[in-house]
Order: sequence, then structure tokens, then C-alpha cells
Amino acid sequence: MRTNEEERRHTIVVLVDNEPGVLARVIGLFSGRGYNIDSLTVAEVDKARGLSRINIVTSGTRVVIEQIKALLAKLVPVHKVQDLTVEGPAVERELALVKVVGDRERLIQALRIADFMHARLVDSRPDSLIFEVTGTSDELDAFIALVEPLEVSRAGVVAIARGPKALLPDQG
Amino acid sequence: MPASSLATDTAQLTGAQVIVKALQDQGVELIFGYPGGAVLPLYDVLFQQDKIRHILVRHEQAAVHAAEGYARSTGKVGVVLVTSGPGATNTVTGLTDALMDSTPIVCLTGQVPTHMIGNDAFQEADTVGITRPCTKHNYLVKRPEDLARIIHEAFHVARSGRPGPVVVDLPKNIQMGKAPYVGPEAVRLRGYHPRREPDLARVEEAIELLLRAQRPIFYVGGGVINAGPAACVLLTELVRATGAPITLTLMGLGAYPASDPQFLGMLGMHGTYEANMAMYSCDLMLAIGARFDDRVTGRLDGFSPHSKKVHVDIDPSSINKNVVVDVPIVGDAELTLLAMLDCFRRRANEHDPERLTAWWQQIAKWREVDSLRFRQDGKAIKPQTAIKRLWEKTRDRDVYVTTDVGQHQMWAAQHFKFDKPMRWLTSGGLGTMGFGFPAAIGVQLAHPKATVLCISGDASFVMNMQEMSTAMQYRLPIKTFILNNQYMGMVRQWQDFFHGSRHAESYMDALPDFVKLAEAFGAVGLRATTIDELDPVIDAALAADRPVIVDVVVERMENVYPMIPGGAAHNEIKLSPEDNGPHEPISEEGMVLV
Ligand SMILES: Cc1ncc(C[n+]2csc(CCOP(=O)(O)OP(=O)(O)O)c2C)c(N)n1
Repeated sequence: MRTNEEERRHTIVVLVDNEPGVLARVIGLFSGRGYNIDSLTVAEVDKARGLSRINIVTSGTRVVIEQIKALLAKLVPVHKVQDLTVEGPAVERELALVKVVGDRERLIQALRIADFMHARLVDSRPDSLIFEVTGTSDELDAFIALVEPLEVSRAGVVAIARGPKALLPDQG
Repeated sequence: MPASSLATDTAQLTGAQVIVKALQDQGVELIFGYPGGAVLPLYDVLFQQDKIRHILVRHEQAAVHAAEGYARSTGKVGVVLVTSGPGATNTVTGLTDALMDSTPIVCLTGQVPTHMIGNDAFQEADTVGITRPCTKHNYLVKRPEDLARIIHEAFHVARSGRPGPVVVDLPKNIQMGKAPYVGPEAVRLRGYHPRREPDLARVEEAIELLLRAQRPIFYVGGGVINAGPAACVLLTELVRATGAPITLTLMGLGAYPASDPQFLGMLGMHGTYEANMAMYSCDLMLAIGARFDDRVTGRLDGFSPHSKKVHVDIDPSSINKNVVVDVPIVGDAELTLLAMLDCFRRRANEHDPERLTAWWQQIAKWREVDSLRFRQDGKAIKPQTAIKRLWEKTRDRDVYVTTDVGQHQMWAAQHFKFDKPMRWLTSGGLGTMGFGFPAAIGVQLAHPKATVLCISGDASFVMNMQEMSTAMQYRLPIKTFILNNQYMGMVRQWQDFFHGSRHAESYMDALPDFVKLAEAFGAVGLRATTIDELDPVIDAALAADRPVIVDVVVERMENVYPMIPGGAAHNEIKLSPEDNGPHEPISEEGMVLV
């Protein structure tokens, strides 16, 4: 529904059967209805039971977010949907590989920033460095802005609720 | 292999035999299909058994519509079988139609062998990719050991929760190789548990509102029909017990008896004045199995602005989608209506019927407007007269009506009165021209003794007229009435209203002679051109024991009223061509609506 209400960023986590086509169903739901995906990650989290976890960062009004969650929950291979922004608090992390290229001076400068912002050096050549940086999306943004890299590869947001509450399948 | 030997030696079955056995165990009686290279193993097994009857259609789109007709008139799952590539792509319109109108369908599609998938093989199409957005769920079977379970799951998903179409894509090597059989108990859908039981606290809240409401209305859709005849009986009991008025959507017609005085008629774009005004003015709306479609709500900010809203639906994503409601109830309509009725009866002493007197007086005033009136003067047949006579002449029969899409569909919805559910089959959500005739085939096969009418338009009928051949092959005495205005009437009406009467491509030039067309298929062709010819032609059609096409030549320029123009609210309804009343010119926002 179109309303004038403000759009908000939500982190939604989804537990799904790890089967072919499941990611296409989730993405198709967003693209087919014109919803945004700001970030999306997916990986198997329970091999024994064949379950994957999808982390989606999206933005929308309250009504649109409710609709997205209801549509996700309706998909046959979807077990559970949790909106960490609403049901929080939650921990969110992202990982990035950041390549900096340049002369000695430039690289030393980057190493200093990395040291101060807790980025890890994972590859070092005379004319290029690669850093691994983990943190909130904002922390990554800040690091990237400072080192002015040639190339960035970001993994997307992974998130998990704080405390004993967990997103687990019902049975089986 | 005969059916009996299928059952005994399940260890030695081929994939195709497993599929047919699974269909038999699901109680399938009829399959609508069309053969091709990728499904020949399946056809070979079907040929050698006699539990399941295969109906050969003449186009795969029609197979799905026929299965929809079967499903919606019986409450069972409709089954379709088509080949790979073009066979599968031809089903897309039917699948989308079934998805929009929540119709349970299992569609089996052939596929190239697994090792050739992705090679652009002959008649290969990415069927699961193409049908993902137009099915409730779909499967590509890649391992023989998954085959039987997936077929059973497909039936379970199609019929449970909010029903819908499910595609199972079957590579040819999977059909031909050996495969183990498992029964329906093997279904293992770990994350799929549609909620059926309503939250009783919410039901209590709804009844509390109902007991206090001064101007309540029930707004009921096809979901109640999908929930089954028992749900419709409960609905009727509840509405009668409360004394409140009820309106039905296009898909809901028949869920409540049209002849009952509490029924206000259909609502929405071409609904009655009283239904739309009551929706606008109510203080409590009880929406059950209806989805606040834009054809029903009109302009959203003008939709029933003063009411509290209760919404009962099996599909949580239908709630708060278009209209935010006060009391959402997720549940099956039958179980929810039962709980509502229980609760209402428990609190019957709090119910004061007198409080609705003023509301009914107001409704009586709206009814006096007589918004479905039309004038049958002169010799030319008014399309409304044709529908009215058809209804009057079939009232004592066991009658089913299918339609196509356009003006004739709306006139049929307005003037043909249904007292029972599952008798009215129309393409509501997708608005698919070409639905009516193949759907009638499915209905007539499910109800061989019933009178099956297809009310169509000259443009719509031509979209699937090849199915006359199917109707002839299976001797189905379907009576098709083409309201022939030589226009795509509904398109012409919109052009007259919104596009300066420029009739761009809405004139049906070079139409066939429908009488000769019928005769070419070996069917009966009849024609009525004046009002005196109408009754005799209807009688002759009803008496025929073969398919009949009746070419009803109607008044060409007639328009459907009432009409709420796109982007207008319920109280801005236009009643007749003369009605230029207090209406705003149609807004730009309204013009972009379909
Ligand atoms: C497959 C398809 N194509 C186009 C349309 C758009 N459309 C809606 S009504 C209509 C005209 C239908 O004409 P006809 O069948 O003669 O019925 P009438 O409105 O004249 O009763 C058209 C083209 C549609 N609904 N379905």
C-alpha cells in the first residue's frame, strides 16, 4: 500500500530449506513487487537438516515491511521469518575485502588507517595491499572512505538476535 | 500396465508408472492434457490403465482453464498434463489465472532429460523459471527417489491453505527410469503449515464490534466458496442471525443466496448502488475471504472512511495489504465462521435487532434507485434482457454458468442470480478472455447431467473457440450464448468514457458467422436478432443434446451501469448515461488505472 509514512531500513532473517530455486523465489518476490534489496546473504547453516539462512536488508514503510514478511513466510520452503529491526536487539556484521593500490607513501598511510580501524592485512605486494575488515556496515563505510581503495568486495550483512532467543526450525 | 498390477509390484515401476499411481492414489478422475515428445512415457502408461480418464484439449491454455472449471465446480484439484517447451509455455496464462483466483491445480509438464537441461535442447524451456511467479509452488524432479513424494506434495500444496496452481516439471529420463513408490504419507513439507484455526480472542473482538455496530455490513469473497459449501451454510446462518446486510464480490457470488432479502447484490466497479453506498457508509465492515481488490475498493482514501474493519483470510499476506484493518483474523473461513457463530449465539441476549432499523431504512432508499434497471424497448435485444431470460428459463435446472471477460461478464454477474456456491465461474483476478468456454468443458465433464451455460462475447469466444472440437469429441452439451455486439464492448465503453469515443481497434471486423462455425464443428448453431426470437432460441438451445452456439445479436452501444470510474470512491458511482451528477472529471491518477 502506498502511504506517506516514512521508509525504514529493516534486517530480516529467513530460515529456508536448502533446495534449488529457493533463493530465486525470495529474490523474485522482491523484484516482482518492486521492493528493494539493499543487501542479501545466503549460506547453509545446518547441514544435517539441510537448512540455509538468508539475511536480507530492505527498506520500506511499516505496511510494506509487514507485507514482505507475510509473503516470505508464505513461500513453501520457508520455515521462519524474523524481523531483527522490530524484534531486536541484534548484532549485525559485515565483512569486506578492500584493495588499495599506490606508491609506498599511499600504502603506509593505508596501513596506519587499517591499524587504527582494526582491519587485517591479508595480502601484501610492493604496489598493492588487501585488507579484510569486519564490522557494522557503517564501520566498513568509514574505513572504505578513508583508504580510497581501487576495488571493494563486500559480503553483505549477517545478523543474529542478542540473548537466548534464536531462529530455529520447529522440529525434524 | 493395467492399474491392478501397478499396485502390486511397486518395486519394478518406472517413473511414469509411479506418477500415474500417485495420481490414482490422490483420487484423480480426470486429466486435461495434450501430448508431445517429452511426456510420451506418461501417455503410454495412461493408455494402459482405466482409472483416470484423459481429456484431450486443443490448446494447453484451455487445458488449464478446463481444469479450473472442474476444480471450482467440484472443490477438487484440477489436473493438467502437457509436454515440454511450447506445451508448458502455453499454460502460463491459465496458471496465472488460477493463481489470481486461488484455484487448486496440479500441472505436470514434460521436460528434456536431466543431462540435457540447459543445453537449449529441442523443446526445452526453463519451465520452473517461467512459472515461478505464476504458481503457488513448483518443482523440477531431478532424482527418481523424489518423484512420488513430490507428486503428493504438489496436491497437498495446491489444495491446502489458500489454494493455487503447482507445476511439477518431469524430465523424460525420470519418467522412463525405475523409481520407488511412496504413498501420500511421505509428504514432508517442513516449513509449510498454513494456519486454519482462528485466534478466538480476535473472533470475540469481532463479535463485540458486531453487537455494538449500528451500520454493519458483511463483505464476502471467493475465499468462503473455496472453504467449501459448509462454510457458505455457516455464513448464511451467521448473516441471518445478525440481521446485517451482505454484499458479495464477483468471485463470491453464490456464497450467500441472491434471493435473500439481506443480500445487497455485488459490490465494486459495476456493483449495485446499495452495495457500494452501504460499504461507503457502514460503521463496521466484516470482510471474509475477500481481498480488497482495487476493482472493489475504488479510490483507497475514499474507501469506507468511517468504518471499523474486521478481515478474515486464510492468507496472512492478504491482510493489511491494500487496506489497514482493525481486527485481522488469519484462519480458514469455515472454522472462523463456526467460531463467530458460536460466539454470537453465546451472546445472543446482547443482540438488539432494533438498532439496525435506521440502517435498513437507509438501505431501502438506496434500493429504490434500482441501479440495475434497463429499458427493453424496441425490437433489438438488450444484453441485460438476454441474461435475465436465460436466468429465468434455467431457474429450475441444476445450472452452472461460466463467462468470458467484458461487458457480458458484468451483465451476467448483475442479472443472473445464484443461490448456491460453485455455480458461477468467471475469471475475476486476471480477467482472462478465453476462460469461459474451456472452463465450461471442465464443468460439464464433472457434472454430466447439469445444464452448463457459457456466457461469452464475440471477441472473447474467438480466443479459445478451437475447444469446440473438444466439446464435440466428448459430447458435452454446453450452451454458449455469445452476446454479439460486434465490439470488444468493454474496451469500446472505456474509449467512450475516457478516450473521446475514439474506437481504436475495438471494432471486431470480419467476425465469423457463429451459426456456420458451430455447424462446421458438427454442433448446433442458433441465432436471435430480435426480441421475439430470444425465448424460442433459448428453449431450443436448452433442449439440444450437443454443444450449441447461440449468436445473440444485441444492442451494439449498450454500456454497463452502474459504474465507479477508476480512481473514484464508492459514493461517486455513475448510474446511467444521463447521470452527470456531482461527479468530478476523472482524475489523472484514475486514468492510469486498468
Ligand atoms: C486475453 C485478454 N486480452 C485482452 C483483454 C482486454 N479486454 C477486456 S474486455 C475486452 C473486450 C471483450 O470483448 P467481448 O468478448 O466481445 O465482450 P463484450 O465486452 O463485448 O461483452 C478486452 C479486449 C482481456 N481481458 N483479456
